[in-house]
Amino acid sequence: MADVGSAERTSAAQIEDGLRDLLQDGHAGERPSASARVLNMVAVVDRERREEIEARLAQVGRYHPSRTIICAVGPERTSLDAHAAIEGSSGAVGLSHERVTIDVGAEYLSHLDMIVDPILVSGLSTVVWAPHGHPEAVDSLLRLATVVLVDSTEEPDIAKSLARVGELAARAYVVDLAWLRSTPWRERVAFTFDPAEWRPELGHISVVTVRHGVDSAVAALLLVGWLASRLGWEPGLLEGHGDGPRRGRLRANAGDVAVTLEPVAGLDVPGLAGLTLQTQTGLSISLDRAPGGLAATRETPDGHSFRWTVLGASRGEGGILGEGVRQALLRDPTYRPAVAAARAMLPS
Amino acid sequence: MATVEEKPRAVQQENPLVEGLERLPVHPTTLVIFGATGDLALRKLFPALYNLAHEGSLPERFNLIGFSRRDLGDDVFRKTLRESIERYSRRRPDPQVLDALLRQARYVSGSFDDPGGYERLTAAAQAFDEEAGVRFNRVFYLSTAPEFFPVIVTALGAAHLHLKKGAAVRVVIEKPFGYDLESARALNRTVLGVFDERQVYRIDHYLGKETVQNLLAFRFANAMFEPVWNRNYIDHVQITAAEDIGIGTRAEYYDSSGALRDLVQNHMLQLMTLLCMEPPAAFSADKLRDEKVKVSQAIRAPTPDEVPRMALRAQYGPGVSGGMVVPGYLDEDGVPDTSTTETYAALRLEVSNWRWAGVPFYLRTGKRLARRVTEIAVILKPVPHLAFQQGGSVGVQPNQLVLTVQPDEGVSLSLGAKIPGPRMRIRPVNMEFRYGTSFLSESPEAYERLILDAMRGDASLFTREDEVRASWEICDPILQAWSAMPGPLPTYPAGSAGPREADDLLDGSTTWRAL
Repeated sequence: MADVGSAERTSAAQIEDGLRDLLQDGHAGERPSASARVLNMVAVVDRERREEIEARLAQVGRYHPSRTIICAVGPERTSLDAHAAIEGSSGAVGLSHERVTIDVGAEYLSHLDMIVDPILVSGLSTVVWAPHGHPEAVDSLLRLATVVLVDSTEEPDIAKSLARVGELAARAYVVDLAWLRSTPWRERVAFTFDPAEWRPELGHISVVTVRHGVDSAVAALLLVGWLASRLGWEPGLLEGHGDGPRRGRLRANAGDVAVTLEPVAGLDVPGLAGLTLQTQTGLSISLDRAPGGLAATRETPDGHSFRWTVLGASRGEGGILGEGVRQALLRDPTYRPAVAAARAMLPS
Repeated sequence: MATVEEKPRAVQQENPLVEGLERLPVHPTTLVIFGATGDLALRKLFPALYNLAHEGSLPERFNLIGFSRRDLGDDVFRKTLRESIERYSRRRPDPQVLDALLRQARYVSGSFDDPGGYERLTAAAQAFDEEAGVRFNRVFYLSTAPEFFPVIVTALGAAHLHLKKGAAVRVVIEKPFGYDLESARALNRTVLGVFDERQVYRIDHYLGKETVQNLLAFRFANAMFEPVWNRNYIDHVQITAAEDIGIGTRAEYYDSSGALRDLVQNHMLQLMTLLCMEPPAAFSADKLRDEKVKVSQAIRAPTPDEVPRMALRAQYGPGVSGGMVVPGYLDEDGVPDTSTTETYAALRLEVSNWRWAGVPFYLRTGKRLARRVTEIAVILKPVPHLAFQQGGSVGVQPNQLVLTVQPDEGVSLSLGAKIPGPRMRIRPVNMEFRYGTSFLSESPEAYERLILDAMRGDASLFTREDEVRASWEICDPILQAWSAMPGPLPTYPAGSAGPREADDLLDGSTTWRAL
């Protein structure tokens, strides 16, 4: 159920008043609900692709921001048109979320913060997400944002993508959907080496091969960046161009680590397809996408081979975006060092 | 006494890859569930395991062995698992994850005292190890009727399953842990004759609830409450665990147990200790439980003479509940006509220490009450002087801080506020905090958290031997006094707020909070 109010040629104050009226109408109605008070999200989108973003946000389920302000950017717009809605969830205690859609002209983007600021719920974290680019809007909103949500796979030029992420990370906390897609992989690598008898092998990793979707080389690079930054490897240059594989060597205490990033055609989701780690002692661990989780293979130095499934359901792209919203409330100290290490593996 | 082979974490080299990850590693584990065809396993444990699998929270390598008396094969057991998960899981199962989970399930049939069953169990567990080339930790989960706990523990010891070279072995024991003080002591003696205390995980599933754990965050992460959290500012505390349902089909269990054993000895005393404990030096299993035990030991058990003034029991009579006419307890199927088992218990307890001396703690629990609610209400003392006139208003009431555990998880604080208008009239208003409004995450089921903690070896949310003993030392004198008193018990109409006699436990002008 959604209560809707619209206004043309409006102002931020009128939008705020409209939301307040909608809330009061809701409280006076038969199904009052409590307003969610977790975080604000400001999504800057192309106007013609607004519905696509709304559909993505509709899939995040319980991870919905408390107040979402969608700034739909069109080229020819000299005034603000706004549309506000309050969406309630069912249940013993209904929970309502507010959505404000503002049509703005491109010329407003460099001072979008002035428009958005009065509409934010004060005292809550604010996430900025600009899935269609609009860097000038993001720069403007950084004054208000505690978190910037990005997807580093969206920029085809890896170096450019990571440079931008690095720049943003210096000014706000960055949640990268490409990084979140790799969480199960990072967890499984970490947990594989967690038993005391396996942990020393971390110091002897000699080969890392990461298989990735054609458009997700940056995700593979971030994974290697994570390993390098956590294990103290000195990054070396990875060579390769375009959609082909990239290869290089990183320096660890116990010797060089040969790294290969291999694109895999036909992967129907963004992100990683698999990875293999080999150690100087002859241990090899592989993880690959499989039904019901990840197919794991361990080959031991004495020639034994073991296969099993690491259980876990796919979160889907809706789940990844929801996770991105949720992560805005947490802090992962390993992302920035991973980005720095990944950038050091690219030609300057 | 067994020795534990787990290495202290401090001597292990840190795993640098774990930093920044939300989930913590869990050693590859084989979980053995005794009573695998029982109600608890089907309704709670298997759905919890599925949800852990769905989220990728199970150990990287995980095996499940069901052990029960029923003669089933692996395939029938897997079918039972699938049906229970599809019926009771909090989320719709992903068929591929479910299939993958079921592939790792085996079943061992045997009576709990049959050494042959344990030989088959050993063989099944070893087969998992050999197949995987991994020394799996083993967790034995006793989800059976309580009379089998000592039988299973003894049999595990006899089969040398209580220890495993190069891996950890743990035993999870469901409630009730004992029937009274003596039986709890006897059970502890049996358990600790086979396992080391550090291997024993006594479940009180209330501790797995997010809101119960949040009591600790609420108290120890907010400086504003500590100054008033004592006898100088708190008038009294009411802890309520009310159920609106009757005993259903559990007459056999319930009539031998009663409200005091079913809820007070474990869940409600746990809530009370968390509310009253001093801040632990660290959030580690032993530091936390050390503080809880100190409080439990400071709760004075009544003498036989004091029981009538400090404890009340009652049974529900016929009445109207949920719009339906329902029978009284003695008319329920399977309940003897002469039963003196209480369906309602109320206690007045005190904590004899500097912080709490003189503050009454009122605990009440019952079935077929007006509403289902579990809450802790902390009622502060009234203001010493009031300058306002109160005519034409409800007036100023003492502040009440209410922590609701279920069904609506949250915290509410009642404050005096001015009624809009020309006169300075005051009435209480509530400042409400609901978990759902401020967190994006869905709370996991208590059993998900507890099973995972047991597999991880974190005993913080499990009760230690001395905690169990201390809680029975409080309840045992009451049970003994009640058993010496003839029936019939006071009654209360089903669907009501409880027996009128419960008011006699309260001091002065105190009243029970409305349900």
